[in-house]
Order: sequence, then structure tokens, then C-alpha cells
Amino acid sequence: MLKKEGQIRIPSGCAISGIMNRKGERFSGEDIIASIALMHERSNGLGGGFAAYGIYPEYKDLFALHVFYDDVEAKIRAEDFLNTHFDIESSGKIPTTKVSAITKSPMIWRYFIKPRKFKLIESELNEEEFTARCVIKINTYFDGAFIFSSGKNMGAFKGVGYPEDIGEFYMLDTYKAHLWTAHGRFPTNTPGWWGGAHPFTLLDWSIVHNGEISSYDANRRYVEMYGYKCNLQTDTEAITYLFDLLNRKHHMPLETVVKVLAAPMWQDIEKEAPEQAKKLKALRAVYASALINGPFSIILGFKNGMLALNDRIKLRSLVAAEKGEMLYVASEESAIRVVCQNPDKVWTPKGGEPVIGLLNEEAKV
Amino acid sequence: MEVVAGYKHYEQLNQEIKQHFEHCKNIVLQNVMGQRYIGDGLQGKGKITIYGTPGNDLAAYMNGPEIEIYGNGQDALGNTMNAGTVTVHGHAGDTVGYAMRGGEIFIQGNAGYRVGIHMKAYKQHKPVIVIGGKAGDFLGEYMAGGILMLLGLGLEEKEEIVGKYCATGMHGGVIYIRGEVDDCQLGKEVKSMPLEEEDKQIIDRYVKRYCDYFKQDFKAVMQTPFIKIIAYNKRPYKNLYTAN
Repeated sequence: MLKKEGQIRIPSGCAISGIMNRKGERFSGEDIIASIALMHERSNGLGGGFAAYGIYPEYKDLFALHVFYDDVEAKIRAEDFLNTHFDIESSGKIPTTKVSAITKSPMIWRYFIKPRKFKLIESELNEEEFTARCVIKINTYFDGAFIFSSGKNMGAFKGVGYPEDIGEFYMLDTYKAHLWTAHGRFPTNTPGWWGGAHPFTLLDWSIVHNGEISSYDANRRYVEMYGYKCNLQTDTEAITYLFDLLNRKHHMPLETVVKVLAAPMWQDIEKEAPEQAKKLKALRAVYASALINGPFSIILGFKNGMLALNDRIKLRSLVAAEKGEMLYVASEESAIRVVCQNPDKVWTPKGGEPVIGLLNEEAKV
Repeated sequence: MEVVAGYKHYEQLNQEIKQHFEHCKNIVLQNVMGQRYIGDGLQGKGKITIYGTPGNDLAAYMNGPEIEIYGNGQDALGNTMNAGTVTVHGHAGDTVGYAMRGGEIFIQGNAGYRVGIHMKAYKQHKPVIVIGGKAGDFLGEYMAGGILMLLGLGLEEKEEIVGKYCATGMHGGVIYIRGEVDDCQLGKEVKSMPLEEEDKQIIDRYVKRYCDYFKQDFKAVMQTPFIKIIAYNKRPYKNLYTAN
């Protein structure tokens, strides 16, 4: 049996890319595949994945679950739980096509669901929190079932293989999204398995990540105090939960979340105006355990846009570009130019300085 | 000799370049899209002109040839380069001139983080990097030899010519910066010094070269004074682990 993350350590980089249309106009997955494929050398075939926003407009008020099952028994057990807690509006296999490089795929299923009313009332939770808890429960206690996507009007598509092959496998050229992110994996510490590929998601948050988090265990202990379970033994999932915790639960604006995750150095805080310095010190003190240490570049996808961020001393590469309403971020400039030959502007963000792309007011969800 | 790179894999492209270079000393690469390792380990005289966006580690271990890029360079351009010249009509990414041992790199615009990290000099081998715009944090980190020059041309108001931790761990070589740098941006091992006659000659020589390559007005560039950053202790860490 294939060993999962954490059962084996392979001491041995990654590629990330994101493309969005700020007007909310949707486009197929061809460009994001072309972009991530150009950085083929940055991955090794042990993981590839995509997040797409705006793909299920006909079900936009329902949570879209994408699920991997190891076998039919796992599916029966998980569906029994889902049926108890949710109204399932529609379900079926996620369409895939045969790609020679993609083998040993699990059963890949999709459900459009909403929490059952009496369950919500009984739980005294709102529907986001209720759904998030159910997702965490299945991923923790249901062997052989793994929900890898659970947002509204968005979905993750991932697996073991090179990202361009995974894109072909899921036929992403047939989907239309206003925001796409992608990841090519080069696992550094653990073997590749389908659930361990990026993006890592919860509700409509998705993260693709190049790097490794040396503060993983501190971050894990912190988010687990709030009911999250880091059961994939992969550092990246902790970042997803940190965004969910700080923004959805603590109502912290994303610009402030960035100051927590990639906190300014103490010596730089000293140079700030007194009010700002006080605020930054308070953030570092209260959220010390949410500081992400180690080299990283990440792209966060969420319902209203994307956010790209580097660690404070920029130990991973990240380039951004704009053309009209299009915003591009990628590990390498060539991965942007392959789909946008003449951008209006190309720049390299500083460490700890986010690139935030938001949907225009009228396009917001 | 013209080669269209397009979607060619870097292995194939570099093989073609190496084969052509044996008999043709003037190669033009069109539509380069992120192919890595171009010009790596190439020996002797000759020129490669690149249109497009060449990939990481361009001119790594290169020993002699000239590469001219019409476009932006990516990361680790000139990695451990030995001899030759790279000119970039655009910007370049992080770790330009990583552990560079000789040769020259001229970048018209900006460069990323950790430019010139660990560059070194030995006898007549003195690497030189000239950056027309600004550079990111850790410029000249652990620098052991050679010349780094930063011109700060075309900066917007309040835009800083260099990031934080400049010359951290530097123990050899020299950094020339056109304009002012706050002491708090510098590493602990270095200090800013007034120019001597020899410095002025070096600056003149390389600014002239820069202005020739990128059609800039030499006199206008030279109107702003330069500062010089050097390590004031040859072996700052010699007592860190042992008493000798």
C-alpha cells in the first residue's frame, strides 16, 4: 500500500501560478495549464492541482464538495453522514478523461449540498461553520474518504502527476472561472498522494504554496485549539486554516492577516509611527503562534479574489503582472509571459508585501 | 545563426546552442520562453543574443562568451560565472551573480533580492555587477570580493535604491551606490566610506560602459555622488567558534 504523508520522509521546490479577471469575466483553464506547464522543471510529477472560482454559477448558493474515496465502503459511510447532515441537491462522478501519465486515481465524486435546516438549528452554528466542522469530521474520522474542496461556486482539482496532466485529466479546458490558481509539486519531505497535492482548501479558501514552513508545529498546535485538524501532515494546510481562522472567525481584514503571517521584524516596527507600531506589536504579541516562519511563496484564492505573498526575507521567487483587468502572479516571469506576452506592468513584490487582486464591486459575490 | 526557442525543452535548446557555438560565434535566440541554463559552461569567445524571457541560471559557470538579453532575466542569472559579459535590456530576478567568480553583468533596470551573494575575487579575476535601477534586500550578502555598483536611475519619489540588510556578512570587495543609503539598511560588518581616486576611476569606467550599452547620458548619471561600502574587518567571524 502506498504510504501516506508522514509515514515516510524523502529528503529532496514547487511552482505556483494564479490568473484572475477583476471584472469577474470567466475564461477556460487552458491559460492556467499553459502557465504552470511552462514551469514543468519545478515539479517532479508527484503532485499537481488547480483551484477555480466561478465555475458553478448554477449552484452558487450550495457548497460544492469534491471528494476522494479509496473504495465503495468509504463512499457508503461518508454518504450516510452527508445525508444525515445535508440536503444533497445533486451528486455524481467528477468527469475525467484517460491520461497515460495519471494512474491509480481514487474514486472522485462531487456533491452540491446545503446543511439540513433542523441540523443547523440544533447545532446553533451558521452554515459555514457547520459545513467546515462536517468537512473536518469526515477528513479526520472517515478512513478512505477525503473532502478536498468544500466552497461555494469554486472547486479544487488535484492529484498525483504533473500539473498539466492533472489539468487534462480533469478536462479543465471545459470549465470557466474568473480566477484560477495552480500548483506543480516537488515534495521535499513526504511522498506524493492524491490528498497531499495542492491546493489545500476549506470552504472557499484555497492555498497553493512553494516552500516549507519551519513553524509548522507551532501553527498546527495553534489552529487545532480552534477545532481544526491538521490530519494531512503537510505544512501547507495550516496556512489555509490560519486564513480561515483569522479572517472568517476573527473578522480580521486580509491586509492585517498578512501582518500576522509574515509579521514585520521588530526593528522595522520600531521605525513605524507610534500608533501603527503599537498595533503591529499587539498583533505580534497576540498572534505569535500564527507567524509563519520559513521560506514560502503562496497564492490564496477566496470568493472575492486572490492574494499572493512571500515570506519576509523572500526566500522563494514571485513575480506579478497586470494587463487591463487581468492580474497574474507566478513563480517565474516566463510563466506569465507565455499567456500574456505584453503585460502593462511587471513587478516583483517585496518579501511580506502582498499582491491583492479583488473583484470589482459589481462582480463581488 | 538564428534559433527559435519557443516551447523547446531547455535540454534540446542548450544542446543546439552548444553545437552551433562550436562553429558559429554569433547566435540569435528568438522567442525564448523560460528555458533554463542558457549559456551554461560555455567556453571561449562568441556572442548569444536573446529575445524573450530566458529562464533561471542563465550563464551559470559561463567562461568567456557575451550574452545580450532583450527582455527580462529571471533568478540566479550569472550563477558562479567565471568570465564573459551579460547585458540585460530589462530587469533581473533574485540572486543575480550568485557566487560569481569573474566576468561582468550589466542590468539596465532593477534586480531582485540577494544580488551578488557570495561573489568573490582572486588575483586578476574580479567579477563586476552594475545595476541601473534598484536592488532588493541582502545586496552583496556574504560578499567576499569583486565590485557591485548600483545606480538608482529612474526611481520614483521615496523609492529606495536598495532594500534592507545590504552587505550583511560582507568581508571583501566593494559596493558603490549612487546616492545615499541609511546606515540602518547596512549590515553590521560594513561602513560607508568616502571615495578615493582609484574608486573614481573604477566608477567612471563602469558607468561609461553602462551608458554605452543602454544609451544613457554619462554626464547626467555622474552628477549624483557615489558612496562606497566596504567591510572594515577582514575576518569578522574569526573568533566566533574558536579563539584563534
